Amino acid sequence: MFLQNRLPGRLIVVEGIDGSGKSTQMSLLSQWLRRRGYAVTFSEWNSSPLVHETTRRGKKKEMFTPTSFSLIHATDFADRLEQYIIPLLKAGAVVCADRYAYTAFARDVVRGVDRAWVRNLYRFALKPSLAFYFKVPLDVALGRILGGRDALKYYEAGMDLGLSRNMEESFRLFQGRILEEYEAMIDEMGFHVIDATKSIETQQKEMRRIVLQEFGRVRPPGVLGTEVRVAELSQ
Amino acid sequence: MPSYRNKPPLSYYRTALPGVDYSELQGKLIVIEGPDAVGRSTQVRRLKPWLEEYGHAVLDTGMARSALAGKGIKEAKEGNTLGPITMTLYYATDFADRLENEIIPALRAGFVVLTDRYIFSIMARAIARGENRTWIERTAGFALVPHAVLYMRAEVKDLISRVVVGRGAFDYWESGLDLHFGKDMYESFVRYQSRLIQVFDNMAEPYAFETIDASQSPDRVFASLQRAISKVVEMESPAQRAARLKAARAKSPLRLVPAAKTVHKAAPAAKTAPKARRALSAE
Repeated sequence: MFLQNRLPGRLIVVEGIDGSGKSTQMSLLSQWLRRRGYAVTFSEWNSSPLVHETTRRGKKKEMFTPTSFSLIHATDFADRLEQYIIPLLKAGAVVCADRYAYTAFARDVVRGVDRAWVRNLYRFALKPSLAFYFKVPLDVALGRILGGRDALKYYEAGMDLGLSRNMEESFRLFQGRILEEYEAMIDEMGFHVIDATKSIETQQKEMRRIVLQEFGRVRPPGVLGTEVRVAELSQ
Repeated sequence: MPSYRNKPPLSYYRTALPGVDYSELQGKLIVIEGPDAVGRSTQVRRLKPWLEEYGHAVLDTGMARSALAGKGIKEAKEGNTLGPITMTLYYATDFADRLENEIIPALRAGFVVLTDRYIFSIMARAIARGENRTWIERTAGFALVPHAVLYMRAEVKDLISRVVVGRGAFDYWESGLDLHFGKDMYESFVRYQSRLIQVFDNMAEPYAFETIDASQSPDRVFASLQRAISKVVEMESPAQRAARLKAARAKSPLRLVPAAKTVHKAAPAAKTAPKARRALSAE
């Protein structure tokens, strides 16, 4: 489905519903990777400066349809991939992505977008070296979120789907459907499943074990081994 | 590539949009396509009042004019970090917004929609920049199949003279300078636009383009476009037809046309199927 990553850098992805604890785990993992000598960078879902204003306008004025919502997020993703992720992977960095195309596969399909269409839409994406899925029951995730945060937002709560007029109820139903989509994707996408009901320490230990298995125990040469590649490029 | 010639009008190419009832779409969708500087916008400006003169409500639309993404695209093009995939998808977002919020509502209301460029320009630009053809064809597959795609075709030399005489300078994006197709603006323009024309030519058959020779004078191009549009849009209301015949009778001493009463009765009968017509006369 995705393009094979033949670049020297590594791409690590965390996925899961809101409140699954994936960002916390990614943060801990990145600190550990840095200590091991890797150059670590981040890319967050929906964070392209080029697209930011358009997304903001669309959300504020509630202008999105399922299709335009899907397309603007793909545009955002494409910009981050073309301008940020790929150049950093070329330089040999470890890029940590908080959410990836899988988020679109889950959310957009719940919004009614055709499953095959949205999978094709992201065909230009690179296959991650590792994709972690934080598996958590809906009630646990909702408990973490609804207690601690301020008011939910319109699209975040899936209000555009018309599931319920009550925002919290809508959020509940929306996240439940997204969860189903994620669960159905586990085998198809080859996720490394992390049991997100376990303690933070246990989850982190499991992630590091998988990373070591994938990256090998040998540390990267120098910081990035950039000298070699610069020489190759200038030839 | 599949052929779309036999698809019924106002359906989608590959993927249905969620929440759209296609059977409600009553209007006509006319697409004007072609490379940069071929004179599309000039023609659209003339076609609109011509259609309105015949009593058609016309929506004219074009690339990067959406309320959602129009401004964002213009700003992105002014910067220097717009990658080819991002550009393709930004235009696709703009297209989706106009399709769902302007074009489809207008068609539902029975408008003639006249669009300056369509998915074919988005696809051609992506393919000319080396992006995967299947990827962009499927991505754009939610577009409606138009009643007519009028492809204004010209050679690169015609485009160059229009750019030089008309605008006095080459444009960064029209020259494909983002991918440096040539040493300078001119060389890059020639290479990039030649590629675009090649890609449009290849789409003509599978997407049922009607090719209009745009190297002719603007008046001739206009006449060709009028002829092509007349094939799919009813260009005369019953009242106008009656008025025209009446005027012709008044001018003609030979009375070659039937009298007004006959015309009025004959007009609807001609549209009825033969069987139904027999049934009517039997009454």
